[in-house]
Parts: sequence; structure tokens; C-alpha cells
Amino acid sequence: MINIELIQQTAETLMAKAAIEIPDDYLAGLQQAANDEDGDLSSFVLEAMLENYAAAKEDSRAMCGDTGCPRWYVKMGNEAQIDGGPVALEAALRRATAKATQSVPLRPNRVHPLWRTDHDNNVGIGAPEIEYGFEPNGNWIDLITVHKGGLFGTDYRMLFPSDGIEGIKRFYLDSLVAFGKRGLACQPAIIGIGLGGSKDTCMVLGKRAACLRVVGNRNPDPKIAALEDEFKILGNNIGMGAMGFVGKSMVIDCNIEVGFCHTGGMQMSVHAFCLSSRRAVARIFDDGRVEYRTDPAWFTDYQRRETVEW
Amino acid sequence: MVKPSKPRKIRLSANPTAEALADLAIGDIVYLDGTVYTAREGVYKRVLEDGIAMPLDLPGESAANFHCSPAATQHDDGSFDLGAVTATASFRFSKWIGPWLAASGAKLIIGKGGMSAKDYREHFVPHGAIYLTTVGYGTGALLGRGVKQVSNLHWKKELGLAQAMWVLEVENFGPFIVESDLAGNSLFERENARIAASLDKVYEGTRPAVLKRFGETDDRSDELI
Repeated sequence: MINIELIQQTAETLMAKAAIEIPDDYLAGLQQAANDEDGDLSSFVLEAMLENYAAAKEDSRAMCGDTGCPRWYVKMGNEAQIDGGPVALEAALRRATAKATQSVPLRPNRVHPLWRTDHDNNVGIGAPEIEYGFEPNGNWIDLITVHKGGLFGTDYRMLFPSDGIEGIKRFYLDSLVAFGKRGLACQPAIIGIGLGGSKDTCMVLGKRAACLRVVGNRNPDPKIAALEDEFKILGNNIGMGAMGFVGKSMVIDCNIEVGFCHTGGMQMSVHAFCLSSRRAVARIFDDGRVEYRTDPAWFTDYQRRETVEW
Repeated sequence: MVKPSKPRKIRLSANPTAEALADLAIGDIVYLDGTVYTAREGVYKRVLEDGIAMPLDLPGESAANFHCSPAATQHDDGSFDLGAVTATASFRFSKWIGPWLAASGAKLIIGKGGMSAKDYREHFVPHGAIYLTTVGYGTGALLGRGVKQVSNLHWKKELGLAQAMWVLEVENFGPFIVESDLAGNSLFERENARIAASLDKVYEGTRPAVLKRFGETDDRSDELI
């Protein structure tokens, strides 16, 4: 049985880690981009970003003043049992979100869409989002928090088989150029692409590809992996760098996830995870051990299964 | 590889003289000293549309309007805990910026992503104001370091923490990049034009979508397939 107080306490720690500590994989990717960048202003921006990560860690303050919209991905091993069940788990994650918003502090971004009511704690109707996954053979629960920026860098297009790879490339470039101007996508970023599914699952796949896979990670399908490599290079050849200044740092990595779709369609979504790439992960075991990490390791063979039985 | 050259760095008062502003060129890096305040759609609507009097003397107390909501909290004893500070995208405030510059006497608008050169020419230039963009846009921790004190928080109850007017005492507060100058030139528009020149080549080997959408055209009679 996994203790519910331990879950809440761990969730609060994760909220702070996500906001303050840049994940190692993204940091290494950004350092590489800073070394390669030759645009004057883009270069200055990347150096300022690196200084900013150090300042955030040193002062224990959020990397960015817009701390995004906190959300949770929960993955449970098949044998895991939670003290109080799923309702207690959700309450613990909501409490941790509200508490950490004040203690870190985070910006209370979440408001009612029409009445703009702000609870000043990032909790409200449908907020934070909590999504679930399951994994065979485990007596643990993975808590993953992602604080994704909310407004720019994400789009969807209904493509068809006749659009082909050329159409996929077009939409990819359209999205990067449109949102990259003036740096609204907060690039350089990890770009996630969702292909297939249906409109909603396509968006979910793209978002997870951006937020739940790390830099350097590749899709197990070698042809998709090759596309990921190609798209990373393509994005960095646009001529645009940080903040939309002339440069070549747009994409720290490109991750593609697919899902089976309607035979007549080829849905596509593009998501930019901003240059603060806020994610933090912990695995809590039923014996009370807690292991922190920055790789969500969400996309396992089981999550990508394509057969009837596992 | 050509080593990138370093931009010019300047310390600027948050209540700058016209001479100090005239000396700035787009692309310069600026650090501010003095008092800045936050104001965005909530404040603009309240002052400019609802006609409610400002809660502080502008530009007497400050001539620097930051498009920002800090990651901050106010404790029960009234004290503040301010962590990171980052701007929000300014283009959304275009419809208010002219009347706001007139009402507030602001000389510096600080935000994310700049506004259009048209806004600069029509509204900023007549008021002798310029636009500074934050860097990154995630140098929130560096900017947080530059805030020495929260000296006031207005309209917290009316607008919520994110939209309230935060008055901040700052020192060596930056970096910011000069995005518009007194003549109304825009750094972002200059960069966009340079990038656009080579976009055709980047797009080679791609094709337009089979299905078009409303929203990509304003002509309702357009054939969309």
C-alpha cells in the first residue's frame, strides 16, 4: 500500500523541482546549441538562458516567471495500491499543486475561461489535468509533473494520405516559422509531433512526445527515428534562432509519436515544449522508497503496444 | 565559424531622459534602475474602459510599464515572496496601448515579443516611448534577482494576483533588448525580414495542405478544397 501523505509530499517536491531545475538532457542540448550558434543576438540570448538556469538553482527560484500550467501524468504499476484509492490520489495532487503554487512560489495562472476567476493556486475546474497510464508488473507509482507554457507553439492540421511526408514537412515548418517569429514559441525547444489517432488523441500524442520524452531519445521504429533526425536538422535550417532572431537554434530535439488513425486521414499536431522544459518525475514504491529522476520514461513498449493482447 | 559579436550593454534609469532614450539603438542590451510597475489587460480595461482612477501617480512614481505577472505570493502579514519575473506577450494589448501611453506617460514598455512597427509609429513615437523586450523568454530568475523590493500591490482583490498592479523597486534589472527606437523601428521586424528572404529555399520539398481552413482566409467565398 502506498502511503497517501508520502504521495502529497513527493508531489510538492516535484512541483518545486520542475519549476526550478532545468532537466540535464535539455541543458546538455542547449549547451550544444549555444556552442553552434553564430547569430549575434541569438547567441546572446542562449548565454543569458544558461546564466538564468544557474541563477534559478542557486537562488531556488523559478526559472521563468510564467510558470505555465502545472499538470500531472500518473503511471501505476499493475500491482500498486494506493492508500485511499484514486480519489485520495487526485485530492493529494490537487493539494500539492495549490500548496506549491504558494510555497515555491509559482504564478497562479489558472483562471475560469469566461469569468477570469483566479483561485490564486492553479487549481480549478479541470485543473490541474491528471492523466493516467498503467504498466505490467510493478508495485510502484510514477508521478510526473509538467509545467507547460500555455499559449503559443501548438497547432493541429487534418492531413490526408495524399499530403504525404511533404505535407507533414510543410505543416511542421509552418508551425515553427509562425510561432518562432518574435520567439513566441520560446524556442529553442523540444518539438513534439503527433501523427494519427483522432483529433484529440493526436494532440495528446504530440504533447506527450514533446513533454514526456528526453533529448536524444528516439522512436523505436527506425524509419520514424530517421524522420526525427531529419526534422531536427530541417528546423534548425530555417535561419531562425532564439527569440526569432537570425540564427540556427530552433529545435533542441524533435520527437514523433504515432497512433493508428482512420484509413482516410493523417492527423498531425505540433507542440513546442518551451526553453524551460519544466518536468520532474518520482517513482514511489510500496515500501516507502522514493526515487527522483528527470526522464518520464513514459513511452514504453507497453504504451506503444499494437497487438490485441500484451 | 565566425564568432558571434557581443551586443552593447547599457544601464538605464526606469524614468529615462529623452537624451538617454535617443542614445539607444535597436539590439542594445539594457539593465534598469528605479521603479517599474506591472499593468496588462486587467489594468488597461479598468482604467481605460471602466474609467476608474489609477491607484498611483503615473508617471510621477514610474515611467516603466512591465507587461508581466510575477510568480509571487503575498503572505497574511502583507509581506511578499517574489521568485521569478517574466513578461507576457504584448501584441495582445495593441488596442489599449495608445490611450495607455497618453494616460500613464510611460516612456518604457517592457514585455515579450514586441508590438508592431505600426503601433510604434502611431503610439510610441508621439509619446517619446520605446519598447524593451525580455530575453529568452525565460530569464525569470535573473530578473527576479534584480527586484530589490515589492513596494506596493494595487488591486489585488479586484484583479487577482496575476492581473494586479505590482510596483517593484529594481536595480540592475535585466537583461532587456531594445526592440523599438524613438523613430519607431522594430528589431523583430528587421530580423523577420532577413529570415523571410531565405524561407522559399527552406520550404523546397514540401507541399501545401490538401484541405484548407477558414481562419487561414477571411474571404468567406473562398473555395476551401
